[in-house]
Amino acid sequence: MLIRIIRTVLIASAITITGVAQADSVKIGFVTTLTTPAGVIGEDMKNSVMLALEHIDNKMGNLDVELIMEDDGFKPDIGKQKTDKLVKQDDVDFVAGYIWSHVLLASMNSVTGADKFLISSNAGPSQIAGKRCHPNFFSTSWQNDQTPMALGEYLNQEGVKSIYIMAPNYAAGKDMAAGVESVFKGEIKGKDLTKWGADAQLDFSAELAKARASGAEALYVFYPGKAGGAFIKQYQQAGLQGELPLYTAFTVDSIALPKLQAGKLEGVLGSKMAQQWSPDMDNAANKRFVSDYLKQHGKYPSFYGAQSYDAIMLIKSAVEATGGNLKDKDALRKALMAADYESVRGPYTYGNNHMPIQNFYLREVVEDAEGRWTTKIVKTVYENHQDLHASKCKM
Amino acid sequence: MDWNLLVTQLMNGLQLGLLLFLLASGLTLIFGIMDFINLSHGSFYMIGAYFCGTVVAKSGSFITGVIVGLIGVFAVGALVEWLIARKLYRKDHLDHVLVTFGLILIFDTLVHLLWGASGMAIPLPDVLNGQLSFGGLVLPTYRLLIIVAGLLVAAILFILVTKTRLGMLVRAGASNRTMVEALGVNIDRLFLVVFALGAAMAGLAGMLIAPITEASIGMGNDIIIVAFVVVIVGGIGSVKGAFYAALIIGLIDTLSRSYLDRLLMLAMPSNYAETAAPALSAMLIYILMAAVLAFRPQGLFPIAGMK
Repeated sequence: MLIRIIRTVLIASAITITGVAQADSVKIGFVTTLTTPAGVIGEDMKNSVMLALEHIDNKMGNLDVELIMEDDGFKPDIGKQKTDKLVKQDDVDFVAGYIWSHVLLASMNSVTGADKFLISSNAGPSQIAGKRCHPNFFSTSWQNDQTPMALGEYLNQEGVKSIYIMAPNYAAGKDMAAGVESVFKGEIKGKDLTKWGADAQLDFSAELAKARASGAEALYVFYPGKAGGAFIKQYQQAGLQGELPLYTAFTVDSIALPKLQAGKLEGVLGSKMAQQWSPDMDNAANKRFVSDYLKQHGKYPSFYGAQSYDAIMLIKSAVEATGGNLKDKDALRKALMAADYESVRGPYTYGNNHMPIQNFYLREVVEDAEGRWTTKIVKTVYENHQDLHASKCKM
Repeated sequence: MDWNLLVTQLMNGLQLGLLLFLLASGLTLIFGIMDFINLSHGSFYMIGAYFCGTVVAKSGSFITGVIVGLIGVFAVGALVEWLIARKLYRKDHLDHVLVTFGLILIFDTLVHLLWGASGMAIPLPDVLNGQLSFGGLVLPTYRLLIIVAGLLVAAILFILVTKTRLGMLVRAGASNRTMVEALGVNIDRLFLVVFALGAAMAGLAGMLIAPITEASIGMGNDIIIVAFVVVIVGGIGSVKGAFYAALIIGLIDTLSRSYLDRLLMLAMPSNYAETAAPALSAMLIYILMAAVLAFRPQGLFPIAGMK
């Protein structure tokens, strides 16, 4: 409710400001999930966007930044509706955000069709990396398959012979399973796709029993948001650690870890995952982002937050490179393509499909100097990795 | 055939069914006796989990959390009956739906304001976090506890309904409310107790599930729909019906999640089967409800005298 009031005030003030001087601001719409239990992810993204705006003094070149946050309610239809509102009613210059692949897939045409720019700060469905790629789409995250591919590669390196896969039944869940399957050389003993959405399945008793009975050597899961915490708990309660080592993608993150720690679920310490970013990355931009976030919120930012922070910085770099001329779409596009900003993950480049070509690392859950559970990079699995769908993109 | 797996899955189904029963028994009594559709019954489930979680965080004891939580939810239930529900019994179902839907929004927002959006983990004592093994069978201790607690509550409820004066009035009220009133029973007090007891049982279900999933906003709204399915399949107002229907639905849900994909793979390519299976298993309980409504609209175990 508070968010809604703030939003109304923001929009109201936006109307008055734009009435006076339209060219003096750059308008950014940000679509994420602020309600439903998945709202914890949106909260982390929002905190990071706010921190980014604070770091740049709410200015991009000479232009003030006007941010309009919208809540997709974890639903593709609402996401599209909010995107339409941002594009048509608010007439924003950039739309950023999008946690969920199915929401992004439903919303993308509304943005690109109106010749605006869409910066995905999380979702990276295979369709948009491939056939449905668009000149006005850029990602500050990854293509969905890449992270699980890196994990699959690591499993090969470790000599794991067989795995059992669990993921939610939606666009990204299938990509996450396919990513591991495309790289992993051993046997897939079984796979469960579970119900997802606002009434997602959170009790995995039946699936865990199947995984145990399958005789697989390791368990690979993808459960973002609150489902991740629930999964880890049940994994430990079922006594599977030791018996069936756990490898994850986008499941054990800075959102889940504080709660897992509060629940004393020590089984998660030492569990391994792949990611393109980690709070402990040693570069100036990341140090500033992580330490200020810790100061403001008392917990580590998640990769969702890092990617959202990057989205604002990427937009800033493009706006500044074009001297604040938001009408010159070609120049903006060229500037976005250059990715000439200090990303918290370190430098990366864009492929033909506007997905990052970047490193992927293996992270491990550890305890930091102050006793907080966090993740630390163990090794680099892929260097400058490009997704497999880029060749299907005619750009 | 892996018998250990089958037994494990049957136990998982039983556990889910008993949780549904805790939720549905209150719902069916309120629906049957007061003719009151309470969509916000799931909010008691959520509040129970949050009360319990808060007390566990303060006291460190799960048992204390459950006891204090039960008293808390009972009080909230009584308050809701006294302040709101009582004024609505004589109104029609549309009013019930509108008001109780509003209550859901109020409770969700209250929880958001009090505890934040991020949900709450409830730590379990080490004894309950382990597993028990029987031969080759390994079951999480806590899930067994849910089964035992669920059966215990079912037994207490059975005795309460069949052997006590309160139960007699409840049964009489479910069959013919007007007659009970005409006989001079203090119907207001009866309704208050039934409503609050129903709320407490829903709260207990929430407390039991929260250490597995976690307490989160709207957790009751997802499961309340399934609880309504249980009420309809079992027969409105029938506690016995709710018990059997909850077990049937718990088993259908768990077993279809466990075996449907392999069954479908016999008939179609595996990549289709693994996508179709979760969608189909999510539908099965609604198909069951549709079948019950079509062929036996009074439910599987209707109470005597119910029209």
